[in-house]
Amino acid sequence: MDVKITSLDHAPPRTQRPSRTLRRVSFAPYLFILPFGVLFLLFFIVPIIYAIYQSLFRSERNGLGLGAATVNFNGLGNYVDVFHDPNFYAGVGRVLLYGIVQVPVMLGLSLLFALLLDSTVVRFKAFFRLAFFVPYAIPGIIAALLWGYLYDPSLSPIVKGFSSLGLGSPDFLGPQTVLWAIANIATWTWTGYNMLIIFAALQAIPGEIYESARIDGCSGWRVAWHIKIPLVAPALVLTCIFSIVGTLQLFAEPQVLSAISNNINSSYTPNFYAYYTAFGNNNYYYAAALSVVLALVTFVFSFGFLRVTQRQAGV
Amino acid sequence: MSQQTATVPVATTREAVTTRQRRPSPFSLEQVGAMTFLLVFVIYFLVPFFWLIVSSTKNAGDLFGTFGLWFSPNFNLWSNLQQLFTYNSGIYVRWLLNTLIYAGVGALLGTLLAAMAGYALAKYVFRGRDLIFSAVLGAILVPSTALALPLYLLMSKVGLTNTYWAVLLPSIVSPFGVYLSRIYAGASVPDELLEAARIDGAGEFRTFATVAMRLMVPALVTILLFQFVAIWNNYFLPLVMLSDQKLFPITVGLQTWNVTTGGANKFLYTLIIAGALVSSIPLLFGCIILQRFWRGGLGAGSVKG
Repeated sequence: MDVKITSLDHAPPRTQRPSRTLRRVSFAPYLFILPFGVLFLLFFIVPIIYAIYQSLFRSERNGLGLGAATVNFNGLGNYVDVFHDPNFYAGVGRVLLYGIVQVPVMLGLSLLFALLLDSTVVRFKAFFRLAFFVPYAIPGIIAALLWGYLYDPSLSPIVKGFSSLGLGSPDFLGPQTVLWAIANIATWTWTGYNMLIIFAALQAIPGEIYESARIDGCSGWRVAWHIKIPLVAPALVLTCIFSIVGTLQLFAEPQVLSAISNNINSSYTPNFYAYYTAFGNNNYYYAAALSVVLALVTFVFSFGFLRVTQRQAGV
Repeated sequence: MSQQTATVPVATTREAVTTRQRRPSPFSLEQVGAMTFLLVFVIYFLVPFFWLIVSSTKNAGDLFGTFGLWFSPNFNLWSNLQQLFTYNSGIYVRWLLNTLIYAGVGALLGTLLAAMAGYALAKYVFRGRDLIFSAVLGAILVPSTALALPLYLLMSKVGLTNTYWAVLLPSIVSPFGVYLSRIYAGASVPDELLEAARIDGAGEFRTFATVAMRLMVPALVTILLFQFVAIWNNYFLPLVMLSDQKLFPITVGLQTWNVTTGGANKFLYTLIIAGALVSSIPLLFGCIILQRFWRGGLGAGSVKG
């Protein structure tokens, strides 16, 4: 055990005690990690390994599909199928398009709110902070239900309001619009949460930095652009990574809206597709392959983003 | 200005100084523009709540028959609530309690385990430390829903699906909590203090429990809240794991009502709306009361370790 404890350097040179301390200490970190480690192993690492293992098999039925199915080793066959699966590509493409628009809009708003609430031009800051943050207290699935009612033409005050003003009735659930209806739900739920993370980072900036900026004649938006935003860049990276991971596992919103829109099929998002493959078609092996590929794609995007921003900005 | 500075104690001096020097007039054009912009978004963020409150006072007929953003002449809130709490022999109350158990127990245990692991990663040098931390970081980047399907298959192998454990056990694991507590322990627990405790003869665990834990309280409150909300809001894991209605949390329960609305079940709309309103009250209060606590620890997450 290569344990290094600084206290030993300063401790008086006694022959017996240091070795006993050393032994006692050397097990301590492992004991501290053990409870988390065991659960982490069981509920994170083992499922990943099991999913990879499952994804190498295939359930087959002979002839007319009568009789019990046999499970055969399929090698990487499921992965070949995933990479030729137009449903999977369509789903990934859809969430990428969604992410390219929704994530910058949401984080742009979050940053703007945080900067305004950190500035001197706004009053009633506590009220605004709370009002923006409140949607975070609503579970995603219930936010989706709520907005579903606000989109549903038979219930929606928005649709009714528009048509009573003679502006026609907007279709939030059409083939072109439903993706943005989903994006709106996510933006509504998460903007305040991201704002709070950025705001906390802004509050942690020491006041002296502003003093020197003011002496240099920097003010208002220039302080925000040249000082505040670079200093909260790590918080922005963090929120962005959470948003990327969240985007790629989009599930609850399309599932809820699929009940009231015909434009959401069972492969609308990759996660939705994996769920239906497993529980709708009982094809666990193919669903395992879909899960593995989705996890890899997510990891590549989030990790790639982390690397790129670290290299670019030294964050 | 005293109003706003009182609520943001951290920034008091800074804001007071800048205000005095650069904003002599109370209403500049910039200020009006910013306030208008924020007010527009207040409407955006609060209108769905307003709709929820208004709708929970209506019966099924008025829900579809009257304008959604104003009250109807019939005030039906109490009978809606009564129906909500008694429908299907009070299953909704059961869902509320389940959610509280999953989120309460899961967040408490999860925070304790995350605190211990994060403390060890920050304050000891030992073999495998970097590997463990990399694994934790990697786990943050992997979507938890991708794990839910294989987890379901594993749980069904050992006969744990459709039990409290199936939701509770995976909920305890919070890699982000470990990450936060490692960073916070590294920044806020001085080595000298731990040495002093050791020299005084305190064991490693006692040092952690009496010295380190106290210093980590702001971060631990943050982790606890994050995890509580995350489990409270979790939908995918319980959806996959549970089939017995009696074990459902609120999220899965309300969605099962939602898919059976329509036709003769139109009355379920009023139940879902009342149920959504009631279920959001505990977290709303929690957020309002504890918002000031977790600001201190939140910043820690963005500091690179």
